[in-house]
Amino acid sequence: MKRYLPFVIVALVALATIGSGAMLYRARRPHVLSIPENKTLSAKSDADAPHIRGNPDAPVTLEEYGDFQCPPCGMFATFLGQLENEYDSRLRVVFRNFPLTMHEHAREAALAAEAAGLQGRFWEMHDVLYREQETWSKAPNVRELFESYAGTIGLDVDKFKKDMDGEQVKARVEADRQRGQSLGIQITPTLFINNQPLDPKDKNPEGIRAEINAALEKKTQT
Amino acid sequence: MTVSRFRTIIYIVAAIVSLAGLADSTYLSVQALTGETLGCGGSPDCFRVLGSPYARIGGIPVALFGLVAYFSAFSFATFAAFGYARARIFLIPTIGAMFLGTLWLLYVQAFLLHAYCRFCLFSAATTFLLAGLVIALPAGRDRSIS
Repeated sequence: MKRYLPFVIVALVALATIGSGAMLYRARRPHVLSIPENKTLSAKSDADAPHIRGNPDAPVTLEEYGDFQCPPCGMFATFLGQLENEYDSRLRVVFRNFPLTMHEHAREAALAAEAAGLQGRFWEMHDVLYREQETWSKAPNVRELFESYAGTIGLDVDKFKKDMDGEQVKARVEADRQRGQSLGIQITPTLFINNQPLDPKDKNPEGIRAEINAALEKKTQT
Repeated sequence: MTVSRFRTIIYIVAAIVSLAGLADSTYLSVQALTGETLGCGGSPDCFRVLGSPYARIGGIPVALFGLVAYFSAFSFATFAAFGYARARIFLIPTIGAMFLGTLWLLYVQAFLLHAYCRFCLFSAATTFLLAGLVIALPAGRDRSIS
């Protein structure tokens, strides 16, 4: 019996590891839905028009639900720049706010980006916020920093301050967040390529490129 | 206490320590596979490490390699504790390889990323402990099942 005991112990540990890993995976894996037809970009009114960068008629749309204080989103923002250069007119990027409550300044950063958007500089603020993420994330008074960023990118700072406290930007951020929640989003960045959620295991440079290439190929065939 | 008994105790302790490493690497593997880079205690350093290109080799999360390594160490230590001679032969190089891998990952965290992930540090401590146990094994042969 003693001869077989180690086999039993090792088998039990293997089963326990696989079982607990599978349970944890099922509990953690976000069940993100595809974006339904009535929620695609063209269905939005001008007031809710999403923030788009790149060729509006590009065959591939990469839609990101992001949190300005989330470090992986910051790293993704750097990679996004590379992707935009690589794919040029074949890719358009859409950003939607999904500030996580665990990040102290994320919502305020989203409001700052939307306030900049009211002056037509959403993407400039988007880029500054991610570039300076490490600085403002730890700052006690982020407002001052956001206002300095607003000045740097050429915004009317007084209007920016007023807009940041306005209902319009709050409603916009909340609308994005609710839209994300309705799609089952729990983590950031969550990415969609042509309305299909990117599998978390593909959330790396190779995986994203492969999905974009597949989407391009699909478009070429149709 | 006989030398043979002392060795058995070391193998049992090594198996228990490997279980702790196995739990840690299982958690990190699941985290990597689900893309759950946020459930890391809110530490930006953790995000920086686990989201870095060094956290994957050929697209496979490093934590998965850790899971396989800890499971192997656990299995070899368990078999060794029950007197299987071949398991003892495999245990030492396995832990040696884990030790070298851990040194590389610590170097990456300290000098390339300038950030530490506490789950990775826990794993490093576990591997160092395993290495210490292997070093503490008395030399020589004892009763064995081949």
